[in-house]
Amino acid sequence: MNAVAPLLDVSGLCMRFGGLLAVDQVALQVNEGQIVSLIGPNGAGKTTVFNCLTGFYKPSAGRIRFRGEEVSGMPGFKLARKGMVRTFQHVRLFKQMSVVENLLVAQHHHMNTSMLAGLFKTPGFRRSEKEAMERAAWWLERMDLLDFANRTAGTLAYGQQRRLEIARCMVTRPSLLMLDEPAAGLNPRETADLQTLIAELRSEQGLTVLLIEHDMKLVMGISDHVVVINQGSPLAHGTPEQVRQNPEVIKAYLGET
Amino acid sequence: MLRNLKPAIISAVVVVILSGLLMGVRLSQQGTSLVLVGGGADVAVKIGAAALFLFLFNLFRDHLARLWHKVPALPRTPAAFSVLAARPSTQRLLWCFLIAAALIWPFLSNRSNIDLATLVLIYVMLGLGLNIVVGLAGLLDLGYVGFYAVGAYTYALLALYFGVGFWTGLVAAGAMAALFGFLLGFPVLRLRGDYLAIVTLGFGEIIRILLNNFTSLTNGPNGIGSIPKPDLFGLEFSRRASEGAQTFHEFFGIAFNSVHRVMFLYFLALLLVLITLLVINRLLRMPVGRAWEALREDEVACRSLGINPTAVKLNAFTIGATFAGFAGCFFAARQGFISPESFTFIESAIILAIVVLGGMGSQLGVILAAIIMTLLPEMARQFDEYRMLLFGLLMVLMMIWRPQGLLPMKRPHLELKT
Repeated sequence: MNAVAPLLDVSGLCMRFGGLLAVDQVALQVNEGQIVSLIGPNGAGKTTVFNCLTGFYKPSAGRIRFRGEEVSGMPGFKLARKGMVRTFQHVRLFKQMSVVENLLVAQHHHMNTSMLAGLFKTPGFRRSEKEAMERAAWWLERMDLLDFANRTAGTLAYGQQRRLEIARCMVTRPSLLMLDEPAAGLNPRETADLQTLIAELRSEQGLTVLLIEHDMKLVMGISDHVVVINQGSPLAHGTPEQVRQNPEVIKAYLGET
Repeated sequence: MLRNLKPAIISAVVVVILSGLLMGVRLSQQGTSLVLVGGGADVAVKIGAAALFLFLFNLFRDHLARLWHKVPALPRTPAAFSVLAARPSTQRLLWCFLIAAALIWPFLSNRSNIDLATLVLIYVMLGLGLNIVVGLAGLLDLGYVGFYAVGAYTYALLALYFGVGFWTGLVAAGAMAALFGFLLGFPVLRLRGDYLAIVTLGFGEIIRILLNNFTSLTNGPNGIGSIPKPDLFGLEFSRRASEGAQTFHEFFGIAFNSVHRVMFLYFLALLLVLITLLVINRLLRMPVGRAWEALREDEVACRSLGINPTAVKLNAFTIGATFAGFAGCFFAARQGFISPESFTFIESAIILAIVVLGGMGSQLGVILAAIIMTLLPEMARQFDEYRMLLFGLLMVLMMIWRPQGLLPMKRPHLELKT
């Protein structure tokens, strides 16, 4: 149905921990510009899928193609450089560093990291630092965090930390943003703001998003496509509407009746 | 109190049994047979006293614990002082003062004190170098002395076999130590925490044992002597110039004074320390410095942002090793004689103690700690065998009162100016 190859194409993904098959034959496609959600009951293996996709685990079987290139088993930092950047279920900021420094660290790969250039402050080095600073400032402004730029990241409120984590991903110039339960711990207002933010990022930045989320209102309101997994196996997929009415899905979430 | 009676009695009995067997009786040879000889009355008194002490200590441990709680904590630094100290202008002033003091020092003091100050500067250099690895990148390196040894031996061997001068030797020593750091770091930095510490500990020992046993090259435990002293742009600091060279006092037309050389060595060490400080200060403000700190805080997050943790750690390890190499080269030139004896594990421990005592990552702290750690054993020389005990006591007290170090790190935070 789609002539263009998907941005992310996963098929037959399996992850085995000893005797436990945590992820079994999961397949999903994410097309450029889409927002795709991965949902499932607790312990379904969503985060494990994420960890496989982002190179934190080496999948036991299956293929992962990013922009048509086979990337399964590639170390996480290389995947991040290719444009797949993720957030974490529990916020993982550099808490002792200032907010703006968090954003500078994230741009490490894009900066002039030559030792000599840095030691002698060459014009190229200064330019690279200045550009990184400007980019950081732009994103802080965009995320409404500019007032906290010089605060230590650990002292921010929880919702702000969540936003900072997304900003930190965005400064790496990703093409695929992978959010692991971004609404966890947010109040309904903040969740609604998050929904707007994700939608805006897609339209403004041409971003593609893969989302794990429990908040069904957010998932149903924003996703183009939803993939449901249960106990490691794919259960259903389709548009939010289709998934919502799928009896299998309802059963998995509510239990046998 | 009664609750503690049983353990108190048990511990006293254990003391009597153990020390009774270890110290109280002795085997001695009488003719052809071995006989058991009891210790003298003084030994019995000592054992009795020790048993009594432990008995009372255990009996009253609750009271003692309560007393311990009453020991006042070391006063916290007042908030106003912290604010003042954190201000860049104050810090700049402090640095200027320190450097000025360091510059004037040799003119105001005698030969042995200058020599001691030079030793302090060597430890400052080592402390600053290890600070990169342990304090900034958070990698526990227990074999840092290995790189120090590599630097020292590189210069000594080059001078011995190829007649290389100090300045060339300095560069070579730095490069060689960096190479060793790189080679060791490459396989090892995948390890974490304790495992890394053990491997680096082993590395330090391997270097020392290698130097000890590779007799054909390093002269083994006999060491290498008559290592050439540094020169100032070809000017030597000796009474008579060697073939085709000129001496310092002839060139400037002043009378020969052997203190000149000590002073020159001191200023050389000071120069090396200042260069080290400058480089580290730049590094902290560079992407790699930020990456070190980020890595120390959260390695997983770093990987998810496209930072290669192994490469960044390797960077820290190599740079840290380079400074150890410079320090080693200077050490060899200053001593004129080196042997594997100078590079035992206790050196690594002292350098690490300097970093921890000063406050991880803090440069002023490291300098202060290096001064304390070098001067304390010198001043406590009359206590002789109890010096190490004193050392340990200091460490324990520090961990109780100021676990964050003397001057905890205040990293230069990059400010966003709008």
